[in-house]
Amino acid sequence: MNVIQLTSVDLAIAALLILLLGIVAISLRLGVTRTLYIAAVRTAVQLSLIGLVLKFLFENVHLGWMTLLATIMLLVAGREVMARQKRPFAGSWGYALGTLSMFVSSFVLTLFALTVIIGTEPWYQPQYAIPLLGMVLGNTMNGVSLALDRLTESAYQQRMVIEARLALGQHWREAISSIARESTRVGMFPMINSMAAAGIISLPGMMTGQILAGSPPMEAVKYQILIMFMITAGTGFATVLATWLGAKRLFDDRHRLRLERLRSKT
Amino acid sequence: MSGLKISQLCVQHIGPFDFSISAGQCLVMSGPSGTGKSLLLRAIADLIPHQGHVCLGEQACTQVSPEAWRHDVSLLPAESQWWYDTIGEHFDDFDSELFATLGFDKSVLTWEVSRCSTGERQRLAMIRMLQQQPRALLLDEPTASVDAANTERMENIISCYQQRHDIPVLWVSHQHDQIHRIASRHVILKDNRLVEEPL
Repeated sequence: MNVIQLTSVDLAIAALLILLLGIVAISLRLGVTRTLYIAAVRTAVQLSLIGLVLKFLFENVHLGWMTLLATIMLLVAGREVMARQKRPFAGSWGYALGTLSMFVSSFVLTLFALTVIIGTEPWYQPQYAIPLLGMVLGNTMNGVSLALDRLTESAYQQRMVIEARLALGQHWREAISSIARESTRVGMFPMINSMAAAGIISLPGMMTGQILAGSPPMEAVKYQILIMFMITAGTGFATVLATWLGAKRLFDDRHRLRLERLRSKT
Repeated sequence: MSGLKISQLCVQHIGPFDFSISAGQCLVMSGPSGTGKSLLLRAIADLIPHQGHVCLGEQACTQVSPEAWRHDVSLLPAESQWWYDTIGEHFDDFDSELFATLGFDKSVLTWEVSRCSTGERQRLAMIRMLQQQPRALLLDEPTASVDAANTERMENIISCYQQRHDIPVLWVSHQHDQIHRIASRHVILKDNRLVEEPL
């Protein structure tokens, strides 16, 4: 089976729908038309660019190129984690915290999937490595930023409680335990929910894409299951790690709550 | 038992302070708000970064783990804090005598924190602290939100504990009648200085 190739005309027709939506938005005075158009243009430009990058990588299978792309993806994800927090840790620590957690979790898991589970040859085969890493990293980024945002915001809001618990002689780990647990849960839940809903309420994008591209449905389903397990594990481990590192960073060696290590965005 | 010795203590913009409280003594500290009384107490409990030294008897704050220090040198904040739904979850054991003296029986353990009045919470926080058997007390206006009858009960309990265990107490208070009842010594924190007041 071959994919029916899309022409520029096909995409232009789809773009007309966006144009129409923008016009409706203007008539309803929603004030989103400009943002909508910019986002639509960004989608087209960004995806075309990554298409070119992937085309290049597929033609030049080399570990160096793969490493370069993976590093760029990780650094951008790290920046995004910072940007999504209301009170991130100040200085390079804040950046390193999320980035390190994502690196440990998603890179190790992707490597594991490529070498042990799928067994591609060579293991950095971009056709498998890039989509896999991209999906794991993207979801891990969501989890880590949700968890860290909840952690720092709750620590700030409940600083009196934390200090009162410390004053009773509790270890920092105990004093922040309720907040840390809640933050980890918040980071993990989107993936747990999407596993529960998969196939009944939502048809996952990757599987749908593979089926559109002509894969037998059962093959696509197997890949989707693998991916969802990978994503959930990656998000889960990264969330646990980020919460733990973040909680530790909230205290100093004398177990004092050091909220001045956070910076507030106004 | 051991006294509390504070030397060259600086916190943020205030200090240095040098003073000591002997075992069995209650030093009352008053002074205009915003002069840093709470900061000083939190620094003695090692809850915020500070310079200088604090010793309980021969033992310096830095020689013991922070948990052990705060367990021994116990701070009761002006506003009591609770983190579980019911009162009972905050207590490991139940000293019925102590609860009874402050007007509670065992059923208090099933109470919901959100349904307790500020005064009740403040009394319960004092019980929670005393049950840990601290060796020095730092009290930050503990009776500010408590009615007269219970204020006197709380004062008695603290005096009893202070005498029985022969420990130092640092008590922040503004009420003159209270100061007369509890103080062994009285100092006023003003213009970054501690001034001894005659009782």
